[in-house]
Amino acid sequence: MKWETVIGIETHAQLSTKSKIFSGAATPFGAAPNTQACAVDIALPGVLPVANREAVAKAVRFGLAIGAKINRRSIFARKNYFYPDLPKGYQISQYETPIVQGGTLTIFVDGKEKAVRLTRAHLEEDAGKSLHEGFHDFTGIDLNRAGTPLLEIVSEPDMRSAQEAVAYAKALHAMVRWIDICDGNMQEGSFRCDANVSVRPEGLDKLGTRCEIKNLNSFRFLERAIEFEVRRQIEVLEDGGTIEQETRLYDADKDETRSMRTKEDAHDYRYFPDPDLLPLEVSEQWIDSIKSALSELPQAKRERYVKEYGLSQYDAAVLTQSREMAEFYDRLVGTLGGLYKLGASWVTGEFSAVLNRAGLEIHQSPISSDRLAGLLRRVADNTISRRSAGEVFDAMWNGTMEADAIIAARGLTQISDSGELERVCDAVIASNAKQAEDYRAGKDKAFNSLVGQVMKLTKGKANPQQVSEILKRKLAG
Amino acid sequence: MALTLDDVKRVAHLARIAIDEAEAQAVLSQLNDVFKLVARMQAVDTRGVEPMSHALDLVQRLREDAVTESDQHSLFQSVAPHVEGDLYLVPKVIE
Repeated sequence: MKWETVIGIETHAQLSTKSKIFSGAATPFGAAPNTQACAVDIALPGVLPVANREAVAKAVRFGLAIGAKINRRSIFARKNYFYPDLPKGYQISQYETPIVQGGTLTIFVDGKEKAVRLTRAHLEEDAGKSLHEGFHDFTGIDLNRAGTPLLEIVSEPDMRSAQEAVAYAKALHAMVRWIDICDGNMQEGSFRCDANVSVRPEGLDKLGTRCEIKNLNSFRFLERAIEFEVRRQIEVLEDGGTIEQETRLYDADKDETRSMRTKEDAHDYRYFPDPDLLPLEVSEQWIDSIKSALSELPQAKRERYVKEYGLSQYDAAVLTQSREMAEFYDRLVGTLGGLYKLGASWVTGEFSAVLNRAGLEIHQSPISSDRLAGLLRRVADNTISRRSAGEVFDAMWNGTMEADAIIAARGLTQISDSGELERVCDAVIASNAKQAEDYRAGKDKAFNSLVGQVMKLTKGKANPQQVSEILKRKLAG
Repeated sequence: MALTLDDVKRVAHLARIAIDEAEAQAVLSQLNDVFKLVARMQAVDTRGVEPMSHALDLVQRLREDAVTESDQHSLFQSVAPHVEGDLYLVPKVIE
């Protein structure tokens, strides 16, 4: 039987506010335990929550960015469960009426565009952290994270493969960073994904029973966990078994998912409107002001790059993968006053490759957009050959000299004097009589070897196209 | 709608409230009285009336995003039963 995979993703994105969602305690990651947990966060009796305006603004910004409906009035609810890192015994969340409803996110898989629908995004508070290791018979509780604002973003079950799920998670990750609502740091838990996975016989409309996979703190783990889970479910079903709806944990070391022991009634959260919090209202005027402050979104930018700059879909997609890269490119072509394709090919090619190799982010690059512009000007006006450009780029990466200084210091200026090139070409033909003969006899490979000889003798400073023209003319004669 | 003894026990368990059989019986009759009141209210025609999520007809006041709380963990932890390395210690939680 052929099976179809169905995946929906739930993401918890920590909103990058200075203070918590319902208290004035600080939020930075990595502080000493419990130093950022105030009376509200640790649920001392008598405290009251007061919602953070910026957290609400960031949720609205997200809704606008994905074309969702912003609920002018939404409600905070209590989600009741007991766990030591949740001191109140309930999490303040949103249930029936979330702040953001609907919307879509565009993903690309194998060059094909697909719109993934979002169900909702709601505001809630994060829980603290439990440290199970290092204490005999005890669990340590750090409540610094308790009350950190979260936007829980729920997709429809629109993904049909692990690749699509990863593409969605990456697109969402890029979006929350693009609109600056979340730092996206997956190691620190600022961006956490759970995957709801089910399979069904191909052609069937009814969804299969799903399992929720937790503990996916990288895109690679997300992909591998889904692949494992899909294989597992198909095996169970093909052996005549049934899938139990359950929560499973991904174990990266063993590359498998396994059932979490869940207590009876664990999912009876008994939601009800939080009497401590009045309905949350966002005015039309506030939404408009958030909308007008929103910078150009990735999709709009991508379309503009293709339409106005003449870039390929691929280059446009790569350049808009992150806001940092798009801004770098915008600065570069701004400085160059054009040269869109040349700039795109360098930013997506050599520049990205060297950053990847060095494991650096764009803002850490030793080559700024201004410095790169200095190099690309010399490529564009044919001062240096493509090969020399690579050498100059490497020298710029490893030092502080600018392109022009490196070109001068190393004598890399392309030989534009055709007289000199003619002399070199004559010499090469004379000393490679065999290859010249082969070429005349129709062997094209011999020609490349002659071009190579000329490039070698000119130390790469000749323009290969020009060399080719001269050689062809001479060999034809 | 009337509650059963099992409903009472289940709700008590969910709320982590220990009650014995006699208490459960007493609570059952009290809760059923509450439900009778609810039933009377359910009978009122509320078509066209928007449900309120709060008793007050007001909206949430928002605070500016500023850090206003200082570190007071030593004070808070002075009343905690068990603390080590600035962490609150609780009986081991087994997943």
